[in-house]
Amino acid sequence: MKKDLSSDALEPVAGNGLLHRRLFLTQGAAVLGSGVALMTARNASAAPLEVPATMKTPGVPASGYGERSRFESKVQRITNGAPPTPGTGGSRTPLEYLEGIITPNPLHFERHHNGVPDIDPEQHRVLIHGLVERPLVFSLDALSRYPLVSRIQFLECSGNSAGMNTPEPAQQGAGGLHGLVSCANWTGVPLSILLQEAGVKPEGKWLLAEGADAAGMSRSVPLAKAYDDAILALYQNGERIRPSNGYPVRLFLPGYEGNMNVKWLRRIKITAEPTMTKDETSKYTDLLPNGRAEMFTFPMGVKSVITSPSGTQKMQGAGLYQISGVAWSGTGKIRRVDVSADRGKTWAQAKLDEPVLSKAIARFRLPWRWDGSPSVLMSRATDEAGNVQPTRAKLMADRGPNYRYHYNAIQSWNVTAAGEIGNVYV
Amino acid sequence: MSTCKPMVAAFVLFASAGAVAQEGPHLGVPVSPADVAAWDISIGPSGAGLPQGSGNASAGASVYNTKCIACHGEKGVGKPSDQLVGGNGTLHDAAPVRTVGSYWPYATTLFDYIRRAMPWPQPQSLTPDEIYSLTAYLLFLNGVVGETDVMNATTLPKVVMPNRDNFDVAYHEPRRR
Ligand code: HEC
Repeated sequence: MKKDLSSDALEPVAGNGLLHRRLFLTQGAAVLGSGVALMTARNASAAPLEVPATMKTPGVPASGYGERSRFESKVQRITNGAPPTPGTGGSRTPLEYLEGIITPNPLHFERHHNGVPDIDPEQHRVLIHGLVERPLVFSLDALSRYPLVSRIQFLECSGNSAGMNTPEPAQQGAGGLHGLVSCANWTGVPLSILLQEAGVKPEGKWLLAEGADAAGMSRSVPLAKAYDDAILALYQNGERIRPSNGYPVRLFLPGYEGNMNVKWLRRIKITAEPTMTKDETSKYTDLLPNGRAEMFTFPMGVKSVITSPSGTQKMQGAGLYQISGVAWSGTGKIRRVDVSADRGKTWAQAKLDEPVLSKAIARFRLPWRWDGSPSVLMSRATDEAGNVQPTRAKLMADRGPNYRYHYNAIQSWNVTAAGEIGNVYV
Repeated sequence: MSTCKPMVAAFVLFASAGAVAQEGPHLGVPVSPADVAAWDISIGPSGAGLPQGSGNASAGASVYNTKCIACHGEKGVGKPSDQLVGGNGTLHDAAPVRTVGSYWPYATTLFDYIRRAMPWPQPQSLTPDEIYSLTAYLLFLNGVVGETDVMNATTLPKVVMPNRDNFDVAYHEPRRR
């Protein structure tokens, strides 16, 4: 959080000190860019600057596979307690520590149902069979020779933010609450090419995708999605997919709930009907208060969360801050994000960083002059189809507390006069 | 509720068999249906592909008590892992109990899932007779079949689960132009 006290001339555009998003485009660059210098100038008693030791001794040599600075080791994926069967858990992306739109591979969220398999790519095979003219088996070498497509897209676990269903707000950070979402540059083979080679029979309407893990994770996917934008992903942010994300190959279905993006993909069976696997009936279905349940609720809803300032962080005194956050939608591009600093009474449109991509995380920013009084920060995303992120009250009224999946309500962060930030229900 | 408006214009419209896709290098190796048998373990509601074999609840009870009870409790009451039995009539409640009996729409899912994933420490270790027996036992404990009813490739797909008709499909096929 950059802080600068010299911006009193800037006009608010919404209640409680929200400033115009253009601040960062024009004078903002000068004002904020020099924030450190201004603060130093004001702290006239700063100690004399010494020549750092790093300039007086050679650094370590180049290395084969890069490591982050040892000073950053606190940035870890977040696990919420260990389940009794260790392989059924997951870990979340620490959203509050990250910037931009790309999740570094070691911090991409993971969710497994019976651990991460250790797969030798030489041995691995992908089978396409069922209602096809020609059942085919592909080696990894073969798949790697197919035309590739590369896109930046988010992946979100359907159960992300499920902790927000509790009656009292859990006191966790942005990542602890909403970190089952990440965004990466996924590269792979369009599934449509492989299906064309196998020759789908006219009765084929669905496919079953199955992983080579000990859970034999399996989900039914409509063929329309397979032909639209599904890929067999081989690369994640330029390098081969991590084991925890499906090495050596995973199904990637842009915008669809994470569980369907079957990792360690070994088999695609073309079927006439959905297979009705455990994870599309018992789990990943959405129970409504009237006792009926929705199944095949595939796209992830439009959603956003402010990552700075956010839960568990602390304000550093009154002054100018940049609100920063992430927004995404399983339906398409983010059209706009609005931010409120007064509990949703008034809203100001945030600036979206370029690029704003379809089914990808978009980064939004807005300057905020905090006067040191208690405040509630909120963000509300709208996607290009016109879907608007609902309030928590509306979401809970519509679907009750037992829906479990697809929680996408507006997140509110409570800021106290002391600068403590916490999760609050509005 | 999944009331997401779709991006209609973004759909690539397809004709199921004749989709227009980029040309690929044709590197898939043909394989006969017989040679995929060991991998073809998924069972849909029609029951197609169910293996030979059979079992009833009493046979299932003894398998359950050695291989499942540690995680799913006596007679499927649960803890530490999922509760498998009970919860009937609770789906409207403030704290609904979702189990095989109260929630699952298809009995074939039970066979499919036990075969591929259970017991958790040794997946794919059970024989077809053991899986049919366990399926029969869990259905019996949930009051769906009788204690001596035999589950096999013919009888299992005919089992009607109590909650079958309480699911609504939210996915809709994109319309063709
Ligand atoms: C070591 C613990 C363990 C043992 C032993 C075990 N299970 Fe499980 N079982 C689990 C876990 C964990 C899950 C949830 C897996 C997941 O996250 O997908 C589960 C899930 C299930 C489910 C799905 C429950 C639901 O409502 O979705 C069924 C059915 C099941 N087990 C049956 C069995 C049977 C039958 C056996 C014995 C052959 C067995 N289990 C042995 C741990 C165990």
